[in-house]
Amino acid sequence: MNRVTLIALQLLVGVAFLLVWHLLTTVPVVDGKPLFAPFFFSTPLEVLARTWKDFASGEIWRHLGITLLETVLAFAIGAAGGIVVGFAFARRELLAAVFDPYVKAANALPRVVLAPIFALWFGLGIWSKVALGFTLVFFIVFFNVYQGVKEVSPTVLANARMLGMNERQLLRHVYWPAALTWMFSSLHTSVGFALVGAVVGEYLGSAGGLGYKIHEAESVFDVTGVFSGMVILTIFVIVLDTFVTAIENRLLVWRPDTAAKTA
Amino acid sequence: MSQGAALPVQSPSASAAAAARPDVCLRGLDITFALKTGELHAAVKNIDLDIAPGEFVTIVGPTGCGKSTLLNATAGLLKPSAGHVEIQGAALNGLNGKAGYLFQADALMPWKTAIDNVAVALEPMGVPKAEALKRAQDWLARVGLKGFAQRYPHMLSGGQRKRVALAQMLIRDPQILLMDEPFGPLDAQTRQIMGNLLLDLWAANKKAVMFVTHDLEEAIALSDRVVVMSAGPAAGIVGDFRVELPRPRDIAEIRTEPAFHAIHKAIWASLRVEVQKAYSQGEEAQQ
Ligand SMILES: Nc1ncnc2c1ncn2[C@@H]1O[C@H](COP(=O)(O)OP(=O)(O)OP(=O)(O)O)[C@@H](O)[C@H]1O
Ligand SMILES: [Mg+2]
Repeated sequence: MNRVTLIALQLLVGVAFLLVWHLLTTVPVVDGKPLFAPFFFSTPLEVLARTWKDFASGEIWRHLGITLLETVLAFAIGAAGGIVVGFAFARRELLAAVFDPYVKAANALPRVVLAPIFALWFGLGIWSKVALGFTLVFFIVFFNVYQGVKEVSPTVLANARMLGMNERQLLRHVYWPAALTWMFSSLHTSVGFALVGAVVGEYLGSAGGLGYKIHEAESVFDVTGVFSGMVILTIFVIVLDTFVTAIENRLLVWRPDTAAKTA
Repeated sequence: MSQGAALPVQSPSASAAAAARPDVCLRGLDITFALKTGELHAAVKNIDLDIAPGEFVTIVGPTGCGKSTLLNATAGLLKPSAGHVEIQGAALNGLNGKAGYLFQADALMPWKTAIDNVAVALEPMGVPKAEALKRAQDWLARVGLKGFAQRYPHMLSGGQRKRVALAQMLIRDPQILLMDEPFGPLDAQTRQIMGNLLLDLWAANKKAVMFVTHDLEEAIALSDRVVVMSAGPAAGIVGDFRVELPRPRDIAEIRTEPAFHAIHKAIWASLRVEVQKAYSQGEEAQQ
């Protein structure tokens, strides 16, 4: 199947969905009322109009900015922490062995239960959301970096050592790139989780951001507002993901699966 | 032409001082692996081997007899269970800094381009980056990969990767070369080209070479001495043959010389027994 057909089919699914939604919420069936009451389900056109209005009035940019900032901070701090601890654990067997049960326990904890605690500790500003995103991103990056350092090819490592590399040079030329590969293989997931942390945190208590916007609409039964918030969130996610893919393609050119293309 | 099973072979061509102090000296080497199951596997046993400075020694033997294991011990990557390794007269402790090692498996850093893989070998020696890149480019040209500097390893063929690895090893100008089936994945023609290339490079700057191959003809064509190992476990050295063929040699042409055939016949007589032994062991293990 070529690209054009694929995109056409993808669009078709979206349009069909919107059409069904539109028909169910606008075409009168019984007593002059549509099957799905717009009060509960809104309509595609209203959602579109609201989304447009939010963007046009500039009102949404502030919220987007907050969510973006929280996502970026959660990702950056979580990734940095995950890298440092992942390296430390991979290079120090004892550390890994001692902390193993605690790491597993901490990772198994559903993060949502932490949100109120973080709100208590860090207030209702961005930092409680960053903290929530951090707890999600940290573990993903940590596990991947740990794995990456552990699974460096023994031959590549032995070769580097035979070339006379010291510990620092090994770190720079062997462990670090190996760990990065693994980290990047989970980049989409970890950026996604940073965003989840931010939005869920906002949803549970804040004064700005996309999660806040959705929550605000929900609390007054503004279904159009909720759906519009979700649409904006989706657009945001797609843009973010495209950006991540671009970075990934740039940094992992050496990898067979991303680079091997036949003309 | 001479052949001898006497161990170790005295090197008449080497100077008296060199004979007194070989570059590589393995004495009474035992290497035993502890398997996960708790069993012990004696890979090689009681190995004595000397390699004089500038001498090209090839080890042949059935698969799994412990050739790579011997190289690993000489490289200092593997601690022998008994016996000792001396490098240029000094007991080896830790990694062998005098040796360059061309591994049997792919060992290039997959995240570095060919030229970076070669240039990085100079970093531990403190060569500035720009200078290292320049020399790496020279080396790539020498192994016939001038136009492939910017390729990543996965974009190179098996033979090209081996050549990058060769350049990576040689750029550091190590005094001892350990090469584990460097031409393993290559076709016959490329093997010859690479073999001649290696001989040229080696002739220009003679090092002690410890070379491993499955190909007996290649072993004879390249070497000053061919050492035959017995089938494992507890493999030992069962033959040590001097190859008195004139140098410089051409890998392809030298095979047609009568002297070559005589040596080949003598070594094969010794090797064939071991290969058959290894083969029948494998069959028994299967049943
Ligand atoms: N790390 C290890 N643990 C246990 N056994 C090992 C290990 N490395 C090698 N061996 C065993 O030691 C023996 C010698 O292995 P080695 O790799 O040296 O063989 P080789 O002569 O290089 O074989 P080939 O020609 O196939 O490369 C083999 O029987 C192998 O199974
Ligand atoms: Mg081997």
